[in-house]
Amino acid sequence: MQAAAQAETVRASAVDPAPFIRIDGVSKYFGTFRAVENVSLEIRKGEIFALLGGSGCGKTTLLRMLAGFEEPTKGRIFIDGQDMTGVPAYDRPVNMMFQSYALFPHMSVEKNVGYGLKHERMTDARRKERVREMLELVQLSQFAHRKPHQISGGQRQRVALARALARQPKLLLLDEPLAALDKKLREHTQFELMDIQHKTGTTFIVVTHDQEEAMILSDRMAVMDKGEVKQVGSPTEVYEYPTNRFVAGFIGSINFAEASVVSVAGDLAQVEVPAFGGRMSARAVPGLAAGQALTLAVRPEKLTISRGRPDLPNAVQGVVSDVGYFGKDSLYKVRLPSGAVLTAHSANARRAAEAERVATWEDDVWLSFDPSAAILLTA
Amino acid sequence: MTEISAANTAPPKPRTARLRRWFHRRGWADLTIATPYVWLTIFFLLPFMIVTAMSFASRTPTSPPFSFGVDGSFLNFENFARLLEDDLYRRAFLISIRNAALATLLCLLIGYPMALGLTRVSRSARNVLLMLVILPFWTSFLLRVYAWMGLMGTNSWFNRLLTSIYNGLVPDDWAIRSIQMMHTNFAVVLVTVYSYLPFMILPLYANLEKLDLTLDEAAMDLGSRPFRVFLDVTLPLSIPGIIAGAMLVFIPACGELIIPGLVGNPSQPMIGRVISDEFASARDWPMASAVSVALLFLMVGPMMLYTHFEAKAQEKKAMEP
Repeated sequence: MQAAAQAETVRASAVDPAPFIRIDGVSKYFGTFRAVENVSLEIRKGEIFALLGGSGCGKTTLLRMLAGFEEPTKGRIFIDGQDMTGVPAYDRPVNMMFQSYALFPHMSVEKNVGYGLKHERMTDARRKERVREMLELVQLSQFAHRKPHQISGGQRQRVALARALARQPKLLLLDEPLAALDKKLREHTQFELMDIQHKTGTTFIVVTHDQEEAMILSDRMAVMDKGEVKQVGSPTEVYEYPTNRFVAGFIGSINFAEASVVSVAGDLAQVEVPAFGGRMSARAVPGLAAGQALTLAVRPEKLTISRGRPDLPNAVQGVVSDVGYFGKDSLYKVRLPSGAVLTAHSANARRAAEAERVATWEDDVWLSFDPSAAILLTA
Repeated sequence: MTEISAANTAPPKPRTARLRRWFHRRGWADLTIATPYVWLTIFFLLPFMIVTAMSFASRTPTSPPFSFGVDGSFLNFENFARLLEDDLYRRAFLISIRNAALATLLCLLIGYPMALGLTRVSRSARNVLLMLVILPFWTSFLLRVYAWMGLMGTNSWFNRLLTSIYNGLVPDDWAIRSIQMMHTNFAVVLVTVYSYLPFMILPLYANLEKLDLTLDEAAMDLGSRPFRVFLDVTLPLSIPGIIAGAMLVFIPACGELIIPGLVGNPSQPMIGRVISDEFASARDWPMASAVSVALLFLMVGPMMLYTHFEAKAQEKKAMEP
């Protein structure tokens, strides 16, 4: 918790804490389908905010309401203190980078980037200068006269970004900005996006279904499911301190086990976990009562695998049923006497031949975890 | 089958074996590709060559009524000379092109919003509306022209209605008894627009339907109001559809025979009428052929130039760094 709070203060120093964008109780219904249900969010100036969720969770609908392509059924959206209700897309201080990029195929790269400036009051020389600056920012100056079909996918993505940034919007919306790129290019572009955001200082809202993308890019994120926001927080908070089962399971992989509270003493709670065959201690969350049923969750990388019994309060014994070797790390599936299967990840920090590895199929092993690694989920 | 018989009987002659091998290897592909060429050769190229050849013949009172090499030289250029000299032909061409161009423009102005509207309604409504566009084809074309003749006649309710509206709008001493619609170029253009409108709507619809609506959203997002979006995005991207539709209307409208024959001004014949008269009444087959050849080049020439320059432009674009 302390590390997370520290990370939060570091971010807060770079970001104006006053809410710049306020989404106030927004709902959107299509007929009887509830695409977005009572979402309230506050987004600060200059931050990269991610909307994360599976397909159909309402993240894109929310983005389209911010852009002005859809009107909320209920609720209001404020951008820089200005109520956006009834303001058409062409009058909003918002620009969007589309998932398909939506570059105009009949215009050159230069014309695409300059398109939004047609409506700005500025001299032709200034307009040209601005297009040149934008192309320089995304390193595409030498492609200014090409048509979109004559450049690569990654270059198209950068043209789309330059076009959306050219009007210096107060808010830039990015719909799955990296989805159409291949893996290598995606990693490179992630950092490029962050760099450009840093240079321009524009507030970014990124819609993505890719949790890694959201974790790397964003300062804060909202995890959405079935039109509702499940949790809002920094990537660290959402990953390490999920507040409900959905968020815990959606981000990263995790082991769940049903549990009931035995006792709470200060910072620590004793819980009975039938699947683990005994009591475990875990960091308490507020509002626990003895006898309460809840879910205990542990991330695979926080489980330590060992041959002998470790000297830790939380240890369970089992048999390795499966091993997956990924090079930098290995995945072990361990079957407990109760029949439950736990997944453990361990980094392959030392170079070791197959026979020298800590455990292999059918080995008896111990899995242990620190009480602070155990997450208690009441929702 | 082939293998069994080949094994049991004497080996086939080398010639047929080679033929069979070719057929097995690529016979179907070649046949499929050849079919349209054969079709075009028999039903377009050959007749066109006959007509072209005929345009260089001379009219003779024989049967068929033309011969070659009457005045010494085998080729007779007199028909084409007459085409340029005689005012009748020049006027017929000009009237044809004017009527057809006007009809094409009106078809575009009426058809474009209809085609665009078709792409913006729900799928079920779209099918019904498309059906309605094609529905007139189920009635005889001739019958539909006759229906217009009935409407435009001086004593029809339609004409009386228009006349009374006109008389109501203008001062009393400008009042007229009826509007002369029949036997005018106005009537020709009106009925041509009515008849050919689906040929404009359908290719335009096919083109507009493929356009990516996110492009419209992108333009709007970048500050363009809806009409600006139309001018900047929809219109330029629908130019191929406009060209296709315009050609499908303009070319047949130029050579149209029935519409000007039934509702047109007899003293201002269009080119189709001239060709028909030369063949049937004047029995001047060579002259009729010359007019036909000229018409074809007038139609195909600009098209070929357009494709040529389009290809050049594409090439140039591809060559750019």
